[in-house]
Amino acid sequence: MVRESSITLEESKAALEEFKKEVLAPMEPPPELSIEGQLEIYRKMAVIRVFDTRVKELWKQNFIYGLAHSYVGAEAVAVGACAALYEGDYITSTHRGHGHTIAKGGDLKKMMAELMGKYDGYCHGKGGSMHIAAVDEGMLGATGIVGSGMPIAVGAGLTAKVLKKDFVTVCFHGDGGTNQGIWHESINLSSTWDLPVIFLCENNQWAISLPYSQAAKNPRVADRAIGYGIPGVTVDGFNPFAVYKAVKEAAHRARNGEGPTLIEAKFYRYIGHFVADDEQYRDAATNEPWGALDPLRRMAGYLVESGVASQETVDAIYEEAQAAVEDAIEYGKQAPEPSPDTLYEGLYSPEFLQSLGEEI
Amino acid sequence: MTRVMTVKQALNEALYEEMQRDETIIIMGCDVAIRGNPFGVTKGLYEEFGPDRVRDTPISEAAIIGACLGAAATGLRPIGEILFSDWITIGMDQLVNQIAKIRYMFGGRIEVPLVIRAPVGAGGGQAAQHSQSFESWFSHVPGLQVVLPITPYDVKGLLKTAIRNNDPVLFFEHKRGYEIQGEVPEEDYTIPFGEAVVRREGSDVTIVAVSIMVHRALAAAEELSQMGIECEVIDPRTAYPFDYDTVIESVAKTHRLVVAHESNRRSGIGAEIVSQVTERAFDELDERPVIVAGRNVPMPYNRTLESMVIPNEDTLRDAILELMD
Repeated sequence: MVRESSITLEESKAALEEFKKEVLAPMEPPPELSIEGQLEIYRKMAVIRVFDTRVKELWKQNFIYGLAHSYVGAEAVAVGACAALYEGDYITSTHRGHGHTIAKGGDLKKMMAELMGKYDGYCHGKGGSMHIAAVDEGMLGATGIVGSGMPIAVGAGLTAKVLKKDFVTVCFHGDGGTNQGIWHESINLSSTWDLPVIFLCENNQWAISLPYSQAAKNPRVADRAIGYGIPGVTVDGFNPFAVYKAVKEAAHRARNGEGPTLIEAKFYRYIGHFVADDEQYRDAATNEPWGALDPLRRMAGYLVESGVASQETVDAIYEEAQAAVEDAIEYGKQAPEPSPDTLYEGLYSPEFLQSLGEEI
Repeated sequence: MTRVMTVKQALNEALYEEMQRDETIIIMGCDVAIRGNPFGVTKGLYEEFGPDRVRDTPISEAAIIGACLGAAATGLRPIGEILFSDWITIGMDQLVNQIAKIRYMFGGRIEVPLVIRAPVGAGGGQAAQHSQSFESWFSHVPGLQVVLPITPYDVKGLLKTAIRNNDPVLFFEHKRGYEIQGEVPEEDYTIPFGEAVVRREGSDVTIVAVSIMVHRALAAAEELSQMGIECEVIDPRTAYPFDYDTVIESVAKTHRLVVAHESNRRSGIGAEIVSQVTERAFDELDERPVIVAGRNVPMPYNRTLESMVIPNEDTLRDAILELMD
């Protein structure tokens, strides 16, 4: 059958119903998470939402060059996961890395400056959106090749094991990444060696234009864990508490020397793949049912309805996020361009570069 | 004090001494631990340093190479071993898109001190997938360094430099070179990258010989000497960085350049060497530069066909005789 849209409205609705039945979890914070901690989760989610919404506008205005992939709609995954980690834990990222960077404590000004290609950016303007990295904060960098961050997390896990350190590494990757060969090699190697790694699959159900249902016979990524002899769970990826709990438990296992866990945070990319995605591959109406699960709105609703915070507090947090992002934008705009003599900077270690002289 | 040992033993000694010096050094790869590598290069290391630091891996070249990156970025100095350099191709994304670029694309904020060791080279009927040498591929990639030493002294000193180096290094060992003997000092030493060695002095022709071709060039030079032709043989030892000064100094004396490498000719490292020398020292050349290299064909299994593909001392001698004619 030749399709006009990768998915029909009926299929989308049916998938949502199934999601509600099998994956959707109530907004219940873990007992150890304080009110402050819950508000911090909302704050970071709001910052990601505002940041990536503004990124799209800035890209259209030519302040941001190249490619940028938005984390809008995925906020609960990175923020829920990173809230369950300690300082000193690592994460690896994907091409959709702004959310991971913010969730791990990245500095908005350095991020925005990087997206604008400025020298004061995290990567001195060499990486941009797709290679954003905040190494000092434990964010080991975004990569533009689907699935390629997997073995980097394995290596970080190996460092923890060999040097007997108690950090864990969360390997964020997408459902697209699960069909790369390196995905298998990485999980197999780390489970064989009981490495402290948490493989966190952000199953947003779309690899650009291809729905996951057409990319794998078994739509449950978590089932694959059986093949590696490790636990696998599917959690509500629109719900930061659900992600938090799964990561907390996986981190506990990992720190205990019990090896990796595969967590599938399932949600739905109801926005375009990247800033300029015209989404011609799917009928726009198919996104709408899923938009109702918007994690930011859901979290705000939970905070107010459960009495954790007043509407005013929630609004104030959102406005602070807006102000912080605007500050970062202003900082990025004012930041200096890299000078031409920085072209080779960072290509090799400084001592080697120096030894080359003009012979690079 | 020096001792005579083989390339294989010198490599083993370098690994042993470095692992003893620095606890963050680990080795991983197929058959490196209990088996001690097919050529015996890692023999005894597992027993000495234990299963945490000397790790047998599943057959997962991409994960071996990629895990080296993650380990290097977080505090280890990993040495990854690929059984045959041909199979580095399985980890190409990790090596070329990640390892080579990560320091640069993250603005220099990450360090990648790792070594990938792999045997290269043809001969012995190993056919198309176990005979290749990829020095030109990896020299082409900004961010990598490529080392291909061929004597016991050089392999030991350069492997130590590779391990202590803070950048990713590809360390290529020639399969036909493991049993080559030579003197190695007892005391600790390193050899800087980018310093070629003149293996034999001569006034008529400069031969830049890569890896195993050094030995074939020396044999050809002996024969040519009987005919009154004196060849200067240069071993670059590292493909990148490359020591053009030594080569150009020699060409300024001989005014003739021959480059020899075992990997096939098309877009090979010889083309780059000839192009650089021509550009930098055109006026010194009295004759067209010559490349003696492998033929542009996958390595055939059959002994006769194989011998047609691999350049040896005879092909080198004939090329030089033609040049001098």
